[in-house]
Amino acid sequence: MNPERRTFWGTLLAVLFSLAALAASVVFLVVYWSNSGNLLLGASLAVACSGWGATLVIWGRLLTLQREAIAPREPLLPPEPERKAAAKTFTLGTNDVCRRSILRWIGFSAVGMFAAMAASLLRSLGVPSYSSLNSHIWKRGQRLMTVEGQAATVDSMQLGNILTVFPEGRIGDERSQTVLIRVDPSLLELPKTRQDWAPDGILAYSRVCTHAGCTVGLYEKTTHLLLCPCHQSTFNVLCAARPNGGPAARPLPQLPIYADSDGTLRAGGGFSEPPGPGFWGIE
Amino acid sequence: MRSIPAPAASRWFDSRLRLATIVRSALNHVFPDHWSFMLGEIALYAFVILVITGTFLALFFNASADKVVYHGVYRALDGVTMSSAYQSTLQLSFQVRAGLLVRQMHHWAADVFIGAIIAHLARIFFTAAYRRPREVNWLVGLTLLVLALANGFFGYSICADLLSGAGLRVGYAILISVPLIGPWLVYLLFGGIVPNNATIPRLYAFHIFLVPALLSILIAIHLVIIWRQYHTNYPGPSRSDCTIVGSRVWPSYTFKSLGLFLFVFAVVAALGGLVQIDPVWIYGPDNPAATLPGAQPDWYLGWVEGAMRLFPAVNLHIGRWLIPEVFFPGMLLPLVVFALLYCYPFLERLASRDGNSHHVLRLPWQQPFHTALGCAVFAFLLVLLVAGGDDVIAVAGGFSVVALRTLLRILVFAVPSLTGCVVYLLCILRRQRG
Repeated sequence: MNPERRTFWGTLLAVLFSLAALAASVVFLVVYWSNSGNLLLGASLAVACSGWGATLVIWGRLLTLQREAIAPREPLLPPEPERKAAAKTFTLGTNDVCRRSILRWIGFSAVGMFAAMAASLLRSLGVPSYSSLNSHIWKRGQRLMTVEGQAATVDSMQLGNILTVFPEGRIGDERSQTVLIRVDPSLLELPKTRQDWAPDGILAYSRVCTHAGCTVGLYEKTTHLLLCPCHQSTFNVLCAARPNGGPAARPLPQLPIYADSDGTLRAGGGFSEPPGPGFWGIE
Repeated sequence: MRSIPAPAASRWFDSRLRLATIVRSALNHVFPDHWSFMLGEIALYAFVILVITGTFLALFFNASADKVVYHGVYRALDGVTMSSAYQSTLQLSFQVRAGLLVRQMHHWAADVFIGAIIAHLARIFFTAAYRRPREVNWLVGLTLLVLALANGFFGYSICADLLSGAGLRVGYAILISVPLIGPWLVYLLFGGIVPNNATIPRLYAFHIFLVPALLSILIAIHLVIIWRQYHTNYPGPSRSDCTIVGSRVWPSYTFKSLGLFLFVFAVVAALGGLVQIDPVWIYGPDNPAATLPGAQPDWYLGWVEGAMRLFPAVNLHIGRWLIPEVFFPGMLLPLVVFALLYCYPFLERLASRDGNSHHVLRLPWQQPFHTALGCAVFAFLLVLLVAGGDDVIAVAGGFSVVALRTLLRILVFAVPSLTGCVVYLLCILRRQRG
């Protein structure tokens, strides 16, 4: 294209694009001041910006002489005399300083102590409480409360039922959440030490996944598997919530429970392990 | 040529700051023209948009875990108890004029920012632009990527919706899994066992102050170094290590770059206005007792999520100490990936025994092994990213998650190996053609 035609078409396009941008920005203002919605606001802003953007690019490409520039690249390493001169200036200055070894000692100790003082402040952000991290949460005798505040009983649990419960006084507390499931007691394969942990086939497990701490919220009645929706770990409720598939390596902590004389379910102690994801000092 | 008399304003500044020499050399500075050199610029402009939109959002967001009962214009959540953080997110989305546009633009700009950084990194890698003298800028750039990833996570976590709540718990599990110092790290970053009332204010301070300050400083250093060293050139006529070929800052480069800024702004505005992102009101407030099936992190963390799903259920007992299963895919893998990236220029220099300065780029096919390695790593990360959504894919495709996961465990090694071999052969063929 010859330069004159290029100038003509370039100018025409640039003017048209900037007119479109002007129109779009008027639309933006009208939409904003009349409070009529997100959609048009975004669309008009986009048209305005791209209109002006196109104008600038046209100006840069069509309406500016395209001169290819070639500049020499100076070596980054300065010539040796220049480096020597810099070193010499530094040395001259250093020579004027008396008792340099003491000054150096003062400097290093000041910087070191400042760093130590600043780093110490990190302690204010929190010191791990291993007693909370390793808490087994439940205490013997506590009733198992639903989120509505009702105590779970043997009668409230039908075969195949699933219910979320919390310790008395800690309703809604994430780490305490426990799932109750009633299964046919003849299917149970609990370890010897846990034979009396599941009265009438009612099992209680922590609802916090031992893998990454999500809520193990799904139960498959036919396979007796609890499923975590985050990474699809499954736990077999019949065998003390042993991992059955997926990335979780540790079982869900089990809560020993018993039924008192009127059928109210109560905790027989704390969880078998601290609930939630594992860590270095877990007990 | 017509000469323009310097305006009075320039004399005013010049007589106070002695600018003429600096301005002249700046206007004459040469930048090469190539589309792939715009990727870093896109990231820079996305950061500018993030700062502008983020400042607007900060005026309305209330970073607090205090419980309130919602009575706003979004009727579906009327009467629901939620954190102030979530409530203020709803309010700035529905009640503040242009609030939803700005919030969605902010989230989209973050995705553009990280996407552009990754594309820019790939360009640098595959053209070997990290070689001497640009190793320092490679390290600065990688640190920018790490900070951007972290800040993306902090940003969507503070909205305190059900989805980000799940993300926060997974982040907590990964951090506490670190041997020896894990518990210290979670108290430092999250203020204790998640959830607790300190988490949101703390992440908010990181998100709007600490990380952006570091990003700004490092971006400034990144640009100063580029300016000082001049940009690289692709090989071609009159390109050599002693010249820089391109267009001058004034006028053509300035016009094109400002145009690019406006285009990035336009794309982000269009996405923010037209394409819904992170609709927190659909998820509902964070609620420990509720579960959200199909939960996914934002795409740039999907590879870690995928690794967590594929890694076998193996934890390690050292005496009475435990290294939980999430440590290996969740923490060790990202650490290894980034450690290798940080060391790469130095490893490559050792392997090639080439310590010279280079200002002309190498094309991907001129370095078959290097290109094959890079493609294999990308393929590995892509398979992991797919694995991060394996439940969603299984449901959509109607097959079992278990079978899909077994397949993905094979693919995660097979696809990168195959990709590497194919790319290597293609590069060799291309090189033989000359």
